Amino acid sequence: MKHAARYIIFYAALLGLWTLLAELKIWPPYLFPTPWGVGEALYAGFADHTYWIAIRVSMARVLIGYGISVVLGMILGLGVASNKFLEETMGGLLVSLQSLPSICWWPLALLWFGLNQNAILFVVIMGSLLSVTLAMEDGRKQMPRIFSQAGRNLGASGFKLFWYVLLPASLPFIVSGLKQGWAFAWRSLITAEMLYLSLGLGQVLMMGRDLNDMSAVIAVMILIIAIGYVVDGVVFKGMERHLHNKWGLTPAT
Amino acid sequence: MKVALHHICLSYRAQSGERLLALDHINLEVRAGEFVCVVGPSGCGKSTLLHLIAGLHLPTSGQILVDGNPIQGTGTDRIMIFQDHGLFPWLTVGQNIEFGMKMKGIAKAERREKTQQYLRLVHLGKFEHSYIHQLSGGMRQRVAIARALATEPDVLLMDEPFAALDAQTRDLLHDELERIWSDSGRTIIFVTHNVREAVRLGDRVVLLTFRPGRVKNEFLVDLPRPRHLEDFDVARTAREILDELREEINRSLEAEYQAGIKPRIEPGVSA
Repeated sequence: MKHAARYIIFYAALLGLWTLLAELKIWPPYLFPTPWGVGEALYAGFADHTYWIAIRVSMARVLIGYGISVVLGMILGLGVASNKFLEETMGGLLVSLQSLPSICWWPLALLWFGLNQNAILFVVIMGSLLSVTLAMEDGRKQMPRIFSQAGRNLGASGFKLFWYVLLPASLPFIVSGLKQGWAFAWRSLITAEMLYLSLGLGQVLMMGRDLNDMSAVIAVMILIIAIGYVVDGVVFKGMERHLHNKWGLTPAT
Repeated sequence: MKVALHHICLSYRAQSGERLLALDHINLEVRAGEFVCVVGPSGCGKSTLLHLIAGLHLPTSGQILVDGNPIQGTGTDRIMIFQDHGLFPWLTVGQNIEFGMKMKGIAKAERREKTQQYLRLVHLGKFEHSYIHQLSGGMRQRVAIARALATEPDVLLMDEPFAALDAQTRDLLHDELERIWSDSGRTIIFVTHNVREAVRLGDRVVLLTFRPGRVKNEFLVDLPRPRHLEDFDVARTAREILDELREEINRSLEAEYQAGIKPRIEPGVSA
């Protein structure tokens, strides 16, 4: 209860401050809209289905892109962790590649795939793949050796060993990396969508700018934050709780 | 012979670059249904020996035969029970016991039935749906035993399975293990640093030397069963073995002492 009260007080104060600043009319309303202006923009956006379509398009893209990243990243990470040569050579490359903002892949993606959905997916994948790979590599190393020994001893090998032992055993160690990968995927997607007529949330955000509609801009920003927050809160918090129940503790989160 | 080790050597490269010999020409033969205990000071390679028999590592030279055939990697005829149990925390007790059967491709209905049977065998019927972290140390080791037995191995390889347990729990598990062993007729190779435990459980006790591990001596334990840790004869036999083991322990302590003594503050330098 106390927790909820704190939340309510904080956000009420924030809204109050916002309203006050807007009402003081220091800046013109088309640059600094009121909270209800943004509320109306949100309502209008959902009412004419623009936002629904944008959310659906963006979510579909991020799910495909992130999904590919997770599968590829796990295979790559596992490969790098279990091969000394790869670990020494590719390990460093992966870390240095992570310093590259994912949108730097955009020009390359455009030339390779053309101005279409595949270019966006490519940027999303490049944004999150490295996080997942590095997390998996680290998770494989942190995972107690006894699990893979016990698994092999009980007759698991090859894909069975990976699916029934290595993957579940490393999950507590990679969940934070998966979470980071998701955040990168989501950011990369919005960035890439802002760059061309993509129908996604990124484009709707830019549309607000083109129409000089600050309320719409802020409305879409709120949507982007809200979706990121909900996925984190529902999917990843749920996963952490699930792991906690099974393992008794969640290491490395 | 159920299990036969011929001239097993294992060497590895230490961090300093020199080759260290961990096991030196180990010869060991274990009859079907025999309960053999391997004792030695810590660092003598007795756990490593079990890993080799399990097929988790390869020996540098020598041959390991099971039923006269050289082993090819791991096999569910030889199941290991680890000191820290190695149970899978993401699975329930029941699913852990089922794991080996699932890997073997045994049908679900049969798996269920066997799981129930082994749960009852180790008195954990009520804990089928619990997770490992919810169990006590003794219960965890009983699950590990059930999980190993459920794959119906010929040979059980036990690596100091009761070392981390309190004395009462260990007594209980000794009784249970002895009962399961005599009912099932399986071959057990049991590694421990506790001589009393080795005599209480084993038909034979094999004593390894400290680094490199060699077979120093073997003792037949011809005492009636069921035995108890506090039996006079158990204590007396343990005493005999312990006298020989003590030399090895002293050697291991000396080695540790010498390794630890090297970096010293020079005399005359005040702190």
